[in-house]
Amino acid sequence: MNKLLISPSPHVHSGDSIEKNMYGVLIALIPAFICSAVFFGTGVFVVTLTSVVACLAFEFLIQKYLLKRQPTIFDGSALLTGVLLAFNMPSNLPVWIIVIGALVAIGIGKMSFGGLGCNIFNPALVGRVFLLISFPVQMTTWPRPLGFAGSYVDASTGATPLAILKEAVKSGTPISQIMSTEEIPGYREMVLGNMGGSLGEVAALALLVGFVYMLLRKIISWHIPVAIFATVFVFAGILHVCNPEQYASPIFHLLSGGLVLGAIFMATDYVTSPMSHKGMLIYGIGIGILTVVIRVFGAYPEGMSFAILIMNAFTPLINRYCKPVRFA
Amino acid sequence: MLKTFKIGGVHPPENKLSAGSKIQALPIPEQVIIPLSQHIGAPATPVVQKGDNVKVGQLIAGASGFVSANIHSSVSGTVVSIDNITDAAGLSKPAITIQVEGDEWIDDIDRSEKILNSNNLTKEEIIKAITAAGIVGMGGATFPTQVKLTPPPGSKAEFLIINGVECEPYLTSDHRVMLEKAEEVLIGVQLLMKAIGVQRAIIGIENNKPDAIEHLKQLASKTIGIEICPLKLKYPQGGEKQLIQATTGRTVPSGGLPIAVGAVVQNIGTALAVYEAVIKHKPLIERVVTVTGKSLARPGNYLCRLGTPISKLIEAAGGVPENTAKVIGGGPMMGRTIVNIDSPIMKGTSGILIISNKEAARKPVRECIRCGKCVSACPMGLEPYLLAKLSMFNLLERMEEEKVMDCIECGSCSFTCPSTRPLLDYIRLGKGRTGAMIRNRKK
Repeated sequence: MNKLLISPSPHVHSGDSIEKNMYGVLIALIPAFICSAVFFGTGVFVVTLTSVVACLAFEFLIQKYLLKRQPTIFDGSALLTGVLLAFNMPSNLPVWIIVIGALVAIGIGKMSFGGLGCNIFNPALVGRVFLLISFPVQMTTWPRPLGFAGSYVDASTGATPLAILKEAVKSGTPISQIMSTEEIPGYREMVLGNMGGSLGEVAALALLVGFVYMLLRKIISWHIPVAIFATVFVFAGILHVCNPEQYASPIFHLLSGGLVLGAIFMATDYVTSPMSHKGMLIYGIGIGILTVVIRVFGAYPEGMSFAILIMNAFTPLINRYCKPVRFA
Repeated sequence: MLKTFKIGGVHPPENKLSAGSKIQALPIPEQVIIPLSQHIGAPATPVVQKGDNVKVGQLIAGASGFVSANIHSSVSGTVVSIDNITDAAGLSKPAITIQVEGDEWIDDIDRSEKILNSNNLTKEEIIKAITAAGIVGMGGATFPTQVKLTPPPGSKAEFLIINGVECEPYLTSDHRVMLEKAEEVLIGVQLLMKAIGVQRAIIGIENNKPDAIEHLKQLASKTIGIEICPLKLKYPQGGEKQLIQATTGRTVPSGGLPIAVGAVVQNIGTALAVYEAVIKHKPLIERVVTVTGKSLARPGNYLCRLGTPISKLIEAAGGVPENTAKVIGGGPMMGRTIVNIDSPIMKGTSGILIISNKEAARKPVRECIRCGKCVSACPMGLEPYLLAKLSMFNLLERMEEEKVMDCIECGSCSFTCPSTRPLLDYIRLGKGRTGAMIRNRKK
């Protein structure tokens, strides 16, 4: 007989791994990707592929030549960052801008902090916000959802529902008047995703399917997304009840912009969100409030990315002071 | 809705390979090694000498103090040595070695199979019989039973909780006892109720043992005050605090004992030993041990004499497989690895588990991705990722603040970690140091 191994307990492991979780999230993104392809056509593939390849390449190059470490590009995290970055971009964004976004996301958002597990901010959102500030025109020129008729170059463009709303409120047009125009899609269209916007954020229903999948596989818990949805609904609802002509309905807020994508896939990023359930709820409520504040009172029509990044910064503080429910 | 404890918990694969194997008696070995310390507390003091002839059931070492237990010979034969032996962990421990000759029992012991009961025993007589028999907690904690039955002054027991959970994967000895020795167990429970003066006993059993639940329910309906409480499958339900919460809804305070909420917890195996000691006058000299493992030829449940070498037990189950990496005393979640398989079966040995090379391999440790799964899994509501990190930096005061002393070392955190970080290894290390720091402060 061989020598016996000595080790402390436990002697078994669940078999869970970083890969299982990362690829699980990617599987959950498939329905939204399909919807996006149906609405925006070839541009979706070009943007996503560019972003993914660029993220993987930068991760590999930085790990191998700058940090001189064993590259870990197959752990799924860079791939996920690439897909999420693409989901936060218009489907007609030029390739060179996407590559810059990937460099910022992986290089500054992730690797400068030490790689997976060490970053403070969601890398994909760091990339996205960098691009939004640096290339505001390209980042807010949204192709119309024309299906496969829409091409990657020279796409017919239009504004997002939130942008239209912002402009209208600024010019003093009552909301009921804008809502009835052709420019604003109906709720049914919004649920399906048939509207202008970043390529992965439009299809609310498909994103929710992904949410259910992740819940069933226990990849994430319900706390963060539900806290965000509930907060936005209540906060926007109060504003709407106070003055329906100046503040849009809470359902419009829930279905527009990057709210569903952000709540389910961006805010729930393991590394940058709190550890305890109580902390997750506080974090989600914070994101919900900030999103509505930025959308309604801020200069930008959309506030989800900023709200998540701001709450990312609070995560260490939440972890420090918000303890899980102790047994006794 | 089935009851369970409130927070955390995990679902390791059950792997109850030997659940269907009836308890078989293991042949008496040629030699037994009986350690003087098979319980928590002071080691027993030998009362025999080298060369003495002993019978089965004869006292060979007496309890030395309040928290200690008597030890009896499990065989008949000659004492060949009273000296240090190498125990399962490879440490040197005092033990009495007996060469077996025949199988002669002391006269007091009633060896008939007939199930008897006795209602005219007083509380004191029961506790005295339990003390004399050297009974300890047989789930693995090995706390002397008589100590648990005499609550400290000022506290009062309200109910007895019997642990039939067996939440550790692989282990089935309690399950088989509940099926094959149910009547004896229930009499043992009644005796324990009388000993602590309570009218109510709750037997907690997880719902992966429906046959045991059904069987005990049927028998318990003929008794007064014993209820069977089916529990939802979740590890670590067999933890004392978790079991009390699951069965009664009461929560033992941090640092407190079960008696703080009026509960006394005993194991199924202990209840059987109590029956045998009080009614049949048989001291604790044998127990049911599960021998199991995926690579083992015949996993099973064996009734074996205490002191039997572990290797004999494995032989009975088909021998040590070629690809064995670990031999574990207990289950895979909390059991300890065994270095010396010629060391003896003791009072607290509920199972022997063989783990093959393939299953034993730990995956490489990776960076914490802060997924929070360890926090969700912790049944005590602690933050394992944080405790492990604090332990790495030896920040003991912070560990104390973060309630490391509440950790029950169940291993749910390490089990669940996607980055396969050895969380419990670090926490255990820090907990030991933190405990020492707290004790020094009190001095």
